[in-house]
Amino acid sequence: MPIERYIILAIALFCIGIAGVLIRRNAIVVFMCIELMLNAVNLLLVAFSKMHYLKGAAANTTAGIDGQLFVFFIMVVAAAEVSVGLAIIVMMYRNVHSVDINFLNRLKH
Amino acid sequence: MQVRKKHHLTDLMSGTDILFYFLSALAIGSAILVVISKSPVYSVLWLIVTFFAISGHYILMNAQFLGIVNMIVYAGAIMVLFLFVVMLMNLNADSEPQKNKWIMLAGTVAGGCLLLVLVAALKNAEVRGLGIEMKTGDIGLINNLGKALFTEYVVPFEISSILFLSAMVGAVMIGKK
Repeated sequence: MPIERYIILAIALFCIGIAGVLIRRNAIVVFMCIELMLNAVNLLLVAFSKMHYLKGAAANTTAGIDGQLFVFFIMVVAAAEVSVGLAIIVMMYRNVHSVDINFLNRLKH
Repeated sequence: MQVRKKHHLTDLMSGTDILFYFLSALAIGSAILVVISKSPVYSVLWLIVTFFAISGHYILMNAQFLGIVNMIVYAGAIMVLFLFVVMLMNLNADSEPQKNKWIMLAGTVAGGCLLLVLVAALKNAEVRGLGIEMKTGDIGLINNLGKALFTEYVVPFEISSILFLSAMVGAVMIGKK
C-alpha cells in the first residue's frame, strides 16, 4: 500500500477538522473537531511508522516503533486535555448559560 | 496473457484495498457528518463512528495495541465524557442561533484551500512511492511496544502520570463552584 493514500486520508480528516473549527460556534463541537485533527495526526504517525519499519526492517527489527509510542503519548495528553477543556466549558456554561463561542468574550468581565 | 491480466486485476484490488477504501470512506463521511450535524449529541455519535474507523485502520496496519487503546480511550472514555457534558447542559437544536452564511462559506473555502495546498505539496514529496507494510510486522504488538515503553521511554511515561494527576486536580478545581 503506497504511503500517499494514508497521507491524503489524514489531510482530508485534518481539513474537515479545521473547517469544523471555523464553521461551528458550539464550543463542544469545536472541541470535537480538535479531537478529529489530533486523530488525523495519529493516523499519519502510525502510517509513517509502518513505512519506516518496511524501510529499515533488515537493519533493526524495531525501526519505526517510536512513531507508535508518540501516538500513545498523544492519546495520554489528549485525555488530560479533554478533561480540563470540558471542565472549562462546563464552567463557561454555568457563567454565561450558553456554549456559543461568540459569548466567550464575556468571560473577561 | 489473458489469465495474467486477470490475475493482475485481482491483485490490484485485494481485500486490503477494499478494506482500506471502505474504512476511509466511513471515516471521512462520518467526519463530515460530525461537522454538519445540527445537534451536538449526533456529532458525538458520528465522532465515535470516525474513531472506530480509525481504529480499523490501525488494526489493518497491524498496530493492534494502538487500535485497542484508541477504541478504549477515545471511543470509550473520552466520548462518554463528551456525551455526559452534552447531556448535562440540555442544549437544544437552536443552540447556534444566528447562522452567518458568509462565515460558513469562508470556513469551507479555507478548509478546502488548505486541503488543496497540502495535496499539491505532496506532489514533490520525498516519500512518494514508498510503501507501508499492511497486516504484518510486529512493531505494533504489545510485547515490543511495552519493552520500548518501559526501557527507552520510561521517563516520559512517568511524567505523563504527573500530567494526569495535575489534569485531575485542575479539572476538579475548575469544575468546583
